[in-house]
Amino acid sequence: MSYRLGIDVGGTNTDAVIIDENLNLVAKVKTPTTQDVSSGIFTAMRTVLEEAAIPPEKISYTMLGTTHCTNAIVERKRLCRVAVIRLAKPATQSIEPTTGWPPELKEAIGSRYYLVEGGHEFDGREISPLNEEEIRKIAQELKGKVDSIAIISVFSPINAEHEKRAGEIIKSEMGAIPITYSHEIGSIGLLERENATILNAALINIARNTANSFVDALKKEGVTNATVYICQNDGTLMAVDYAVNYPILTIACGPTNSIRGASFLSNVENGIVLDVGGTTSDVGVITNSFPRESSLAVEIGGVRTNFRMPDLVSIGLGGGTIIREDNGEIKIGPDSVGYRITEEALVFGGSTITATDIAVRLGLADIGDKEKVNCIDMEFARRAHEKIMTMVAEAIDKMKVSKDPLPLILVGGGSIIINGTLEGVSEIHRPDNFDVANALGAAIAQVSGEVDKIYSLSDMTREQAMDDARKLAKEEAIRAGANPDTVTIVQQEDVPLAYLPGNATRIRVKAAGSLSR
Amino acid sequence: MPYIDAQMVEDIAIGAAFLGTGGGGDPYVGKLMALQAIEKYGPVELLDVEQIPDDAQIVPAAMMGAPTVLVEKIPSGEEVFRAFNMLKEYLGKEIYATIPIEAGGVNSMIPIAVAATQQLPLIDADGMGRAFPELQMVTYHLYGISATPMVIADEKGNTILLNTIDNFWTENLARNATVVMGGSVMIAIYPMTGKDVKKAGIRNIVTYSAEIGKAIRLARQNDQNPVAALIKVTGGYPLFKGKIGDVIRRTTGGFVRGQAIIAGIDEFRGSKLELHFQNENLIAIQDGKVAATVPDLICTVDAETAIPITTEGLRYGQRVVVVGIPCDEKWRTPKGIETVGPRYFGYDVDYIPVEKRVKEVR
Repeated sequence: MSYRLGIDVGGTNTDAVIIDENLNLVAKVKTPTTQDVSSGIFTAMRTVLEEAAIPPEKISYTMLGTTHCTNAIVERKRLCRVAVIRLAKPATQSIEPTTGWPPELKEAIGSRYYLVEGGHEFDGREISPLNEEEIRKIAQELKGKVDSIAIISVFSPINAEHEKRAGEIIKSEMGAIPITYSHEIGSIGLLERENATILNAALINIARNTANSFVDALKKEGVTNATVYICQNDGTLMAVDYAVNYPILTIACGPTNSIRGASFLSNVENGIVLDVGGTTSDVGVITNSFPRESSLAVEIGGVRTNFRMPDLVSIGLGGGTIIREDNGEIKIGPDSVGYRITEEALVFGGSTITATDIAVRLGLADIGDKEKVNCIDMEFARRAHEKIMTMVAEAIDKMKVSKDPLPLILVGGGSIIINGTLEGVSEIHRPDNFDVANALGAAIAQVSGEVDKIYSLSDMTREQAMDDARKLAKEEAIRAGANPDTVTIVQQEDVPLAYLPGNATRIRVKAAGSLSR
Repeated sequence: MPYIDAQMVEDIAIGAAFLGTGGGGDPYVGKLMALQAIEKYGPVELLDVEQIPDDAQIVPAAMMGAPTVLVEKIPSGEEVFRAFNMLKEYLGKEIYATIPIEAGGVNSMIPIAVAATQQLPLIDADGMGRAFPELQMVTYHLYGISATPMVIADEKGNTILLNTIDNFWTENLARNATVVMGGSVMIAIYPMTGKDVKKAGIRNIVTYSAEIGKAIRLARQNDQNPVAALIKVTGGYPLFKGKIGDVIRRTTGGFVRGQAIIAGIDEFRGSKLELHFQNENLIAIQDGKVAATVPDLICTVDAETAIPITTEGLRYGQRVVVVGIPCDEKWRTPKGIETVGPRYFGYDVDYIPVEKRVKEVR
């Protein structure tokens, strides 16, 4: 029997699980997340290995989902000095790189940027030939002055030739220096993709240190035969030596792991996940076992990016949400007693009516001292509960893409407040072990490949273009380590380009598969 | 004399995106260009139409092409000046001021950037009072003003001077040139006199956009209902409130056509609204009855935040309020209806003003 070790770092807790090769849970632990993050990871790792009592060399895969990179951007600490090279001239001169960034973050990476002739049109033609001479000059100038380089060219998601060539020149002039290419990071939308590329370049050192110390710690515990993976925020994995080049892809992997874990625990491949905490609830969508991605621009540490993120909607409803009556109308929050629920909620001897108290009063949950909620008027409780359920139903409906009812998976400590039927929901699942859904999500993660291209439908049909994109995505997934027999298309969309004749359409496809072996 | 500062740019961007009736693109890139230009060259003087001398040379500045290309291939910033300078040379006259061609996310912002950088005033008027997809769909066209001489410029340094026999030829030639030049270009078009603007322009549109944006911003800041604030400041008709169901899109001839089905909520529960669009919203049909058509404005906003939603951004599940706003009187003339009425867009429906339609539907 071989095993997998999955670890996921959250804001409050660092969770670890060990599962066997048939994906059955063997051991689970929850330890507090530490300030430096790493020592908490090591504690969780040690404890879960002890708990499982299996020979550590029997672990064949380890997966880590961590917040190191997010923290570094937010704290502006330990970031690399980055040179930004944008291949676009004469286009794009009207907006400089890092426009709109928080000044401290700009300063932390040392705003050094260059605009060079190069880049492509939407149909793949060159805007101007790549100015190789200029790039050589820049490389000479940068020697010893920066730690990392970001290369961005216009329409590189369609044609990445210039980015790759510029990288070759830099390597030949500067030797080994980390280079981030924008076509590997984001999609169409130059500024947002450029921002994500620069952030990635800035995180390279942190990613290396984190990965190295994790691998060392595993060795110390005797986990010597495992392939080490780092979790991405789309629910798939990167091999550790690959991951050190793409640290930005790990941002927000926590909620993703939680959604994937919920899907795994409940065996639901298409549905809604509702994660109810103390103060807020997150609603996410599972499509073919993967979280749906947001199509909007997202901010990371005050920087606008178009970098993929799980699509979540948060509502101000949790176990500790305060319920009150105002002019005959029942108000649900948005304020909450939060972590003080064990002192302030009625069932725990406090004096505030919370969502949890309502659930206990109606006999839907059994927690604390239920005698203490008898003072709540039954009619009031019923109306409050109805309102809570309406809030949840509306949030779920906002996230759905069609009218068809979907199964709902309930996770999170506050989920006891949800009980009864919900409009648009076919069935409610409350899986066991939901408390470690995120570490499980890490342990069961797959590997994937992605394509984002603009196709001209004047020389091919839409279906031919989709086929081409699907083929490219599958090839990518196999390159990333997926077992070819298990690779399937997990996401696809096409959006026609407005105001342009020629029927250009943008196609995005993602394929994923299980780890080989 | 009023000046456009950074805050006003933010407000105009929201207001103009609203008046874009679902089209006109996302204002983000244009807004950054305008903000950067104002930071560097100072606030832009906003001129009332009455302040322009009759013989002054006025040139509208605009972006033409796909907003999706604009956000990737950002302008060099020089194109529009090359277009301006070439047109100036050809006309042999100094340009007195610039003016927006339409109210929309992108083209409300470009003229501000041009005005700031060229140190020209911006005129508080435009040629649509909303957004439309084609070059001849402006009130200037209704008054017989020619779109040409017109200059199209790309970031590479190419410029094209067009002289055409009519404004439909201009649209056709310019649209094709746009594709060849890379899908997003800058244009200097409809050169006209101060007298022309007074006669054919839609007045106070910049101020109006700013007021709409400001009303939404203040309502959100003060925890008031932003949709109510929007209705109040525009005097528009709340046509419908509902949840978006199916959205169907298809591309024909370079334009994205489609429709969204909206299921009523609150006071509209049990009702259904069909929203047809071709980049912009064209016609709204409530339970089989036409509730509004072009050229009246049919605007979709988020039901909670009042933030405008473009037709590209329509998604299942969004809660939206659809607002109908009477268009400028100039569009309600026979030539106006012929140019941008429902029949021009292929709907076998008479144009009836939205204020009358609303009474019939209720």
